[in-house]
Amino acid sequence: MSEAFLYTVEVFLNGLMAGVLYALVALGFVLIYKASGIFNFAQGVMALFAAMTLVGFQNGQVPFAHLINATFGLHVTNFGWNLHSVVAVFLTVLVMILLAWAVQRFVFRHLVGQEPIILFMATIGLAYFLEGLADLMWGSEIKTLDLCWSAGHCLPQGGNFWIEDMTAGLGGEGFYGFFIDSLDIVAAVVAMVLVAALVAFAQYTKQGRAMRAVADDHQAALSVGVSLNFIWILVWSLAGFVALVAGIMWGAKSGVQFSLSLIALKALPVLMLGGFTSIPGAIVGGLIIGVGEKLFEFLIGAPFLGGATENWFAYMLALLFLVFRPQGLFGEKIIERV
Amino acid sequence: MFYREAGEFRTTYKEDSQTFPIRFDRWRYYFVLFVAICVIPFMVNDYWVNSIFLPFLIYAIAAIGLNILVGYCGQVSLGTGGFMAVGAYACYKLMTAFPDVSMFIHVILAGVITAGVGMLFGLPSLRIKGFYLAVATLAAQFFLVWLFNRVPWFYNYSASGQINAPERDTFGILITGPNTEAWATYVFCLIFTVVSAIIARNLTRGSVGRKWMAIRDMDIAAEIIGVNPLTAKLSAFAISSFFVGISGALFFSVYLGAVEVGEAFGINKSFLVLFMIIIGGLGSIFGSFAGAAFLVLLPVALKVVGVDWLGWPTDIVAHLQLVIVGALIIVFLIAEPHGIAQLWRVTKEKLRLWPFPH
Amino acid sequence: MLDQADGYTTADGRKIGPVVMEMKNITLRFGGVEAIKDISFDIREGEIRAIIGPNGAGKSSMLNVISGFYVPQEGQVFYQGQPRPPMKPFQVARQGIARTFQNIALFEGMTVLDNVMTGRLTHMQTGLFWQSMWKGKAEEEETANREVAEKIIDFLEIQAIRKTPVARLPYGLKKRVELARALAAEPSLLLLDEPMAGMNVEEKEDMSRFILDVNDEFGTTIALIEHDMGVVMDLSDRVVVMDYGKKIGDGTPDEVRNNQDVIDAYLGVAHD
Repeated sequence: MSEAFLYTVEVFLNGLMAGVLYALVALGFVLIYKASGIFNFAQGVMALFAAMTLVGFQNGQVPFAHLINATFGLHVTNFGWNLHSVVAVFLTVLVMILLAWAVQRFVFRHLVGQEPIILFMATIGLAYFLEGLADLMWGSEIKTLDLCWSAGHCLPQGGNFWIEDMTAGLGGEGFYGFFIDSLDIVAAVVAMVLVAALVAFAQYTKQGRAMRAVADDHQAALSVGVSLNFIWILVWSLAGFVALVAGIMWGAKSGVQFSLSLIALKALPVLMLGGFTSIPGAIVGGLIIGVGEKLFEFLIGAPFLGGATENWFAYMLALLFLVFRPQGLFGEKIIERV
Repeated sequence: MFYREAGEFRTTYKEDSQTFPIRFDRWRYYFVLFVAICVIPFMVNDYWVNSIFLPFLIYAIAAIGLNILVGYCGQVSLGTGGFMAVGAYACYKLMTAFPDVSMFIHVILAGVITAGVGMLFGLPSLRIKGFYLAVATLAAQFFLVWLFNRVPWFYNYSASGQINAPERDTFGILITGPNTEAWATYVFCLIFTVVSAIIARNLTRGSVGRKWMAIRDMDIAAEIIGVNPLTAKLSAFAISSFFVGISGALFFSVYLGAVEVGEAFGINKSFLVLFMIIIGGLGSIFGSFAGAAFLVLLPVALKVVGVDWLGWPTDIVAHLQLVIVGALIIVFLIAEPHGIAQLWRVTKEKLRLWPFPH
Repeated sequence: MLDQADGYTTADGRKIGPVVMEMKNITLRFGGVEAIKDISFDIREGEIRAIIGPNGAGKSSMLNVISGFYVPQEGQVFYQGQPRPPMKPFQVARQGIARTFQNIALFEGMTVLDNVMTGRLTHMQTGLFWQSMWKGKAEEEETANREVAEKIIDFLEIQAIRKTPVARLPYGLKKRVELARALAAEPSLLLLDEPMAGMNVEEKEDMSRFILDVNDEFGTTIALIEHDMGVVMDLSDRVVVMDYGKKIGDGTPDEVRNNQDVIDAYLGVAHD
C-alpha cells in the first residue's frame, strides 16, 4: 500500500471522528425541531454555555464575579473549592434543565403559532443572549476542560498509541501508523451510546411516546391529554443535555472558547444534508460532512486553494446538494398544494 | 391636535400614492432633510462623525438592502457580512486600479458587482425556502470571507493581508484616506443614504414591490396570479445586494479606512444588520433607519453609562451589550414583530385622533 | 343545441360563443393514485361552467390542471384553439386565466388595494430602472392600472376597506377581495374554487349576484367548483359532474338533474 493512500485513509478516519462530533450537535437540533418545529440556532451557544458552566462549577468560580467586583469594588473570584467532576456535571445538567424551563416560559410560550422563520430569528436572539450571559457569568477567557471521574481516570488526550502501533507496519519505512485522537474515539462511543439511549427513550417510555405524538401533531397530542408545555421543557432539557455532552467533547479537544459555538454552526449543513427531522439523517450527514471536508482540505484545499477550506466546504456542499434535492437525504418528496 | 389630516383631500391617484400623503409628514420629512444637509455638516467634528453619523448612515444603507430581501421579499439571508465584503473589496480593487476616477463611480460600481454576486448566491432560493435558505446563505458568508482572506489578488498581495484605502477624492474633495474633513465624509455618505432610501421607496411602492411582497406572503399564490418567481426573487437579491455592496464599500473606504476581512465582515456583521431590521421593522424603509440608529446608538450609550459613569471595565459592557441585544430581539419578536416602525405607526394613528379618540 | 360550433343562446337570452378551452382525455396521477381519469369537456366563451361532485371527486385537481398548477400525465389542454404545452403557472396567468382559491390565498401582509393591484401585475411592464425613478413611466403606469383596480373595487363594493390590511378582514370579505384580485387581471377565463364555501345564506346570495354581474357586465367566461347544488343549478349554464375522478355527467342543469348516474352518486348508491 502506498503512503499517500494510507495518509488519505488516516484523513478519512479523522473525518469520521469529526463527523461524529458534528452529528452530536446536530442531534440536539433534531430533537427540538421534531417536537416543536423550532429551528434552534442557539444549539451551538448552548454547548458553549454548558461547557463554561461545567468548568465554572469544577473550579468553584463565583458566577458574575467580574460584574460583582466592578459594581461593589470587591475582589471575589473563587469559592475556594474544586468540585468533583461528577458533581459538577450533575449541577450543570440541573442548570440546563433550568435553562430549558426559562426558555420555554419566557420566550417560546409567547411565540406559539408564529411563523417558523420568526421562531428561528428568536433563537438567534437567544444565542446572543446566552453568549453574553455565559461571558458575564464565567468570564470570556479561554478555559481548559479536564473531566476526571476518579483520580487518574480522565478524558484521554493526544493520539491513541494502540492504533498507531497496530498500523505502523502497513506502509513501510516512512509511515508511523494512523494518528487518531483518543478523545475522538471516546466521543464516537459516547455519541453512539447517546443515540441509542435517545432512541430507546423515544420508543419505550411514556414520555418518549408523548414526545413523538407531539412531533407528529400538536393538536392531536393535546387532545389525548399530553401536556405540550411539559414535553417542550423535556425536549429542551434533552437538547441541553446533548449540548453539554457536545460541549464537553469539543471543549476537551480545543478548549472552551467562543469559536466552539461557531464549530457547532457546522451542525446546520449537516442537518440540511440529513433532513431536519431524521436522527439517522443527522448521523449520516455528520459523517459525510466530517469526511468530506477533511478529504477536500487534504486533497484539494491545502495543496491548491490556500487551505482553511473547512470554513466553508460544509455549507457549499449542503447548498449544492439542496439545489438538486431540496428535501435532504432522508426527507420525503414535497408535494405542494393550494 | 398636532397631527391632522381633516380637510386634506387627495383627488388624484398620483397624490394618493406619494410617499408622505399627509402634509404634516411631508413637512417633517423636508425639515429632517434640511437639517441633515444644511445644518449638520457645519456643526460636526470628527468624534460625532466617526462614532455616530458615519456608522448610522452606512448601516442604514445595509439595513435598507437587507430589508428589501427579508422584509419585502421574505428571503432570509445570513450572508450580509459576506456581501458587504464583496462591496469593500470591489471598491478597493477599483480604487487601486483606476486612481483618477471619482469615488462616486467606484462606490456605485462596487454596488453593481455585489449585485451580480448576490444574484449568483440567490439562485438556490428558487429551489429552497425558509431557514434552509437562511442556512444556505451562510455558505456565501463563509465562502466569501475565506476567498478574500486566502486569494492574494484581492488584497493586492499586501503583506498584512489587510486592505487600506488610498487617498481618493471626488470633485477635488478628499473622501478617503487619513486626511479627510469630517463634513466631507459625512456629506458623501449622506448622499448615498438619501438616494438609496428614495430608490428603495420607489421600488417598494410600485409593481416590483408588490411582486416581492406577494412572493413573501404566499409564493404559490403569487406564481398563480402571474408573478415569475425567478425574476422576482433574483431582482430582490440583486437590488438588496446592490445596496449592501454600496454600504460595504463605504464602510471600508470612508469609515474604517483599513479592513481585515474576517474581523470587519464576519458572521456577526450579518447578524447585526439582521437585528437592525428586526428591531427597526421588517418591510419598512423607515424601520431600516430606526433599527440602524438604535443599534449604532446602543453601544455608545452603554459605553457612556457603563464605562464612563459606573466605571466598569469595557469587556463587561461588551458582554452586557450581547445580553441586551439578544433580549431585545426576543422582546421585539414577541411584542411587536414589526418593530419600531410599527410602534411609530400606532403612535401616529393615535395622534391623528388625539385628543378625541372616539 | 350544444353541438353548434359557434355557440348558442341561453334561456335568458345571453349569447354563448365558441369553445375557449377544451380538456381532452385528461388523466392525472399522484404516485399510484389516479385523481382524474380520462376526462374530456369544454368551456365556451361567455358561459358559466360548473364542475360539481362529491368530496374527493377530483374537482380541485381538475381546476389545478386548467390553471397549470398540475401537469396531467395524459391528455391535452386546448386553449383558444391551440394545444397548450406544459407551462409554469405564471405563464398560464399571463395567457389571461385568473383564479381564486378554496382556502383563501390572499397576501396577508398587504392592504386590500395592494392585493387587488397584484392582480394587475400581468399588465405592468415598466423595468426596474424606471421604477426606481418613479416619476414618469412608472407613475403613469401605476395610475392607469390603479384606475382599473379602483373600478373593480367599486364594482365589488369594497371601497371602504381598500386601505385595510387583509389580515384584519372577516372571511366573507376576504373571499370578495380574492375575487377582486382575480378580476383585476381582466381575465378571459376566470376559475373560482368553491367561491361560496363556508358562507351563510346572505353572503352566498351576494356572491352569486357578483358572479352573475361579472359574467354579464364584463362578459367573462367563468368556470367554478361548488358544493351547494341549489346555487350551482341557478348560476350555471352547463355542469360537469365528477365522481371518483371520472366524468359521470355533462349538460345543462336540467339534464344533469335527471341523469341517473348523478342521482346515484349523490344519493350514495354503492359502487361496484
